[in-house]
Amino acid sequence: MTQTTIDQKNVEGEAVNQQPLLTVRDLRVSAGDLPLVKGISFDIYPGEIFALVGESGSGKSLTSLSIMRLLPDALTVKSGAINFKDTKIFSLTETQMNSVRGRKVAMIFQEPQTSLNPVQTIGKQLQEVLELHQHVAHGDIQDKLVSLLEEVGIPEPANRLKWYPHQLSGGQKQRVMIAMALACEPELLVADEPTTALDVTIQRQILDLLDNLRKTRNLSVLLITHDMGVVSEMADRVAVMQFGEILEQANCRDFFANPQHEYSKRLINSLPNTEEFIEGKEADAILTVEDLKIWFPKKQGLLQRIVGYTKAVDGVSFSVGRGKTLAIVGESGSGKTTSGKAILRLNPIHAGSIKFNGHELNGLSRKEFMPYRREIQVIFQDPYSSMNPRMSIREIIEEGMVSLEVEADPKKREEKMRMLMQRVGLLPEHLDRYPHEFSGGQRQRVAIARALAVDPKLIICDEPTSALDVSIRGQVLDLLNELQQETGVSLLFITHDLSIIPRLAHEVAVMKEGLIVEQGSAEQIMRNPQHEYTKTLLAAVPALEC
Amino acid sequence: MILPVILWSDILIFTLIAFVGMFLIQLRKNPQARKRWSGVFESKVGMTSFIIILFYILISVLDSMHFREPLPELDNGDDQQKIAYSSDVKSVLDVVLSGISSNNEVTYSAPFSIYSFSKENITGDDGVVYRDFPRLQHGGSHLTSEDELAGDVVVSSIKALLFGALLAGVFVFAHMTWRKKAAVTNNALPWAVAYKTIFGLFMVTSWVLWLGQDYHILGTDKVGQDVVYQSVKSIRTGVLIGTLATLVTLPLAIVLGISAGYFKGWVDDVVQFIYTTLSSIPGILLIAASVLLIDVYIETNSEQFNLTILRSDFKFIALCAILGLTSWTTLCRLLRAETLKVSQLDYVQAAHAFGVSHTGVIRKHILPNVTHIILIAIVLDFSAFVLAEAVLSYIGVGVDPNMYSWGNMINAARSELSRDPSVWWSVVSAFILMFTLVLAANLFSDEVRNAFDPHTAKGN
Repeated sequence: MTQTTIDQKNVEGEAVNQQPLLTVRDLRVSAGDLPLVKGISFDIYPGEIFALVGESGSGKSLTSLSIMRLLPDALTVKSGAINFKDTKIFSLTETQMNSVRGRKVAMIFQEPQTSLNPVQTIGKQLQEVLELHQHVAHGDIQDKLVSLLEEVGIPEPANRLKWYPHQLSGGQKQRVMIAMALACEPELLVADEPTTALDVTIQRQILDLLDNLRKTRNLSVLLITHDMGVVSEMADRVAVMQFGEILEQANCRDFFANPQHEYSKRLINSLPNTEEFIEGKEADAILTVEDLKIWFPKKQGLLQRIVGYTKAVDGVSFSVGRGKTLAIVGESGSGKTTSGKAILRLNPIHAGSIKFNGHELNGLSRKEFMPYRREIQVIFQDPYSSMNPRMSIREIIEEGMVSLEVEADPKKREEKMRMLMQRVGLLPEHLDRYPHEFSGGQRQRVAIARALAVDPKLIICDEPTSALDVSIRGQVLDLLNELQQETGVSLLFITHDLSIIPRLAHEVAVMKEGLIVEQGSAEQIMRNPQHEYTKTLLAAVPALEC
Repeated sequence: MILPVILWSDILIFTLIAFVGMFLIQLRKNPQARKRWSGVFESKVGMTSFIIILFYILISVLDSMHFREPLPELDNGDDQQKIAYSSDVKSVLDVVLSGISSNNEVTYSAPFSIYSFSKENITGDDGVVYRDFPRLQHGGSHLTSEDELAGDVVVSSIKALLFGALLAGVFVFAHMTWRKKAAVTNNALPWAVAYKTIFGLFMVTSWVLWLGQDYHILGTDKVGQDVVYQSVKSIRTGVLIGTLATLVTLPLAIVLGISAGYFKGWVDDVVQFIYTTLSSIPGILLIAASVLLIDVYIETNSEQFNLTILRSDFKFIALCAILGLTSWTTLCRLLRAETLKVSQLDYVQAAHAFGVSHTGVIRKHILPNVTHIILIAIVLDFSAFVLAEAVLSYIGVGVDPNMYSWGNMINAARSELSRDPSVWWSVVSAFILMFTLVLAANLFSDEVRNAFDPHTAKGN
């Protein structure tokens, strides 16, 4: 690890007049005999944002939990030292540690939905933290609470104190979590994937908030993330983790300009190039959706009278060209997934027309729709829940072929399945395995093979890459592109991730609150957005800019 | 020649065993389920409790092979003599326990006592009538005085235990050689613990059978019947009520629960209405009312029930059905909730997109993914029903008084508990046997839950 030492010298050159706030030395964590964190060392200086980057399973979250001494019981710290200024974290008693947690080091988590107690008002929860750690006079508490919420940018803070978590949006919950973390004026904030569960526009706001707080409070932040875009915008220094080891540690600018390690290069390159667009000629439409409305009835009373509707999708029109890709972009709750499912008849349609190859699909009975099931297929977001854990891969792929009567002959079916497995980059022998034996990326390949097995003309891809690690994401997208060129299948690609659009889509439709606000060719939308919302979305995407 | 008697409950128990056998054969084909089940047996607790449950089942199976013995031929000169059969229906278990069951006394006697529990008028050798505790007719009748009692019990116990250990040794040795020969590869199973349990069971059985010949190990009841015999005969009742009642709950709970969760809408409304209504009626009331109805039915159709055992068997099966019919709601609710969850998962949506039929989706995707709940419920319900039987018989709406059951034993003994010195042995022996069964079932259900619950299962 000679590179690491060189990099550290560089870094220390800049921060030479400061003592590190937190030092981690040779930290090793293991589960039983299985080492998970294999001796990592780093320093965090006052007022800097230190990013720990890695993909799932790299041990970055375990590192943060070790600092808080909150590791699950099954895991133990084998060796190493963590010092906060002069305090040796590992030699404190649990009571002493409690005064470090919150008051010196505070933490915010990935999922704000589950980090707040749903049956208490946020004011009460904030107050509890304050009373535990800080001796604020009783009369001052209310003012203190209001000012905290104000600081994290919650509108009407005095009223919101009485609100329950479910009344707040995801972004606001994360703000409350940050307020709770700040309540005791810690010197170090450990942020474990603080924006992963949030939409891009909200992510932007939270990142700005963290950056502001860092400046106004001279707060150090340990930012744990897998998103290179977030790192390049936020971090002062970066450490790349893989398989429990720190591969590279560098100043952020140097890191992106000149990554040393092969893996770091791969991570940086996984950020899609936003300048190149895929070419496509005009084609006739295979799927035309006109004025699609999906309203969910609100029922009330004993007789379940319909008293109103929740308008999930309120009149959208789009079309997918033969052999082309249309990307529907939007944040959570925009109705993009609902539209996709409606085309598959997994959601009821209130009004509108869906034409496939010129045939009207709306109004067909379950039986009449059967032939179209062969033509339209789907790939889901979560590769873990999209396959029955109790079925082998063969049974999973075969299911659709059998029920839709593709390849009635078992021998031919087997041949086709083997061919498909190879095509999506897996081995034919894998057919006899079970889903849990595969990684997320491999599972998504199986899902693609399953969809292709019935020779569809159109595949609806519902965020197929958002649950995958960045380095896998590119591979799956490339596979989809190749398959489109080979088989001429059309794709309806539903995503919230604008950065993958250029690589993939011919056409883009931007959805917001059940409506399409802007629609056009990928190049036109990305380069020259017209609608205000599209512009906000594009601006919110973290990009490389150190 | 003996005349086999086949009761309805016998048919049910043997069908059940056939189904379990088929299930095991099916299991061999599914590697994942096999791995899970071997996970249950890899734990020492799971193995031990399973063997104990198996022992209980063995006893109930023995007790379910009924027959009538021919009566001694009457010599009335008629050549075309028809063989008359005793109206007393016996089971194979009675033959095994014959040494114990035939040793009836007059009334109560304490465990290992050689004297009766109450004083009687005795005419002495000199013709003087005096009151004293009379000697028992069978319990320790080979002894000349009470001084020999302790010595004889110890010697017999040692003999019995050695004999049991010897038999167990032979059995275990045979199994070990078979394992070597068949080269069973799964060495993860804790055979040492299994062998220890088997040794224990053999030694206890041999001890009970051996000493039961000469003594009343757990005393006798009011009419002088041996308590050990009663409590062992009650095993069949307990095991059967647990399994049969559970089996009645299953189809109702599974069909209604899954359809409510899967089809939603009005199906869900109807099912919810049924189970909320049913669960708001006090269970005991329903059961008591139904039991009375059945009593009336038996009275009006008494020609169908020409043997007492037929009568009590009918009543018993009816009780199982009633217990099952009144307690499927909990499992139904759980299944509905889980189905609601599972049917929203992507793989079910994908199956819809592939045009798989509703039955196909339920059979392939929903049912296998709620099986863990069903399995856990089966084992938990089992012990609940065993206990429920005891409570129901205690309040007088349980099984027929002619039938041996732990509830009946407790019911009969309750007033005697207040006697001084109290008659505690009936209650205690019923308690011990019931406790062992329920504890084993509960421990086993814990292991099943650990292995099958996706939240606790190791790996996947």
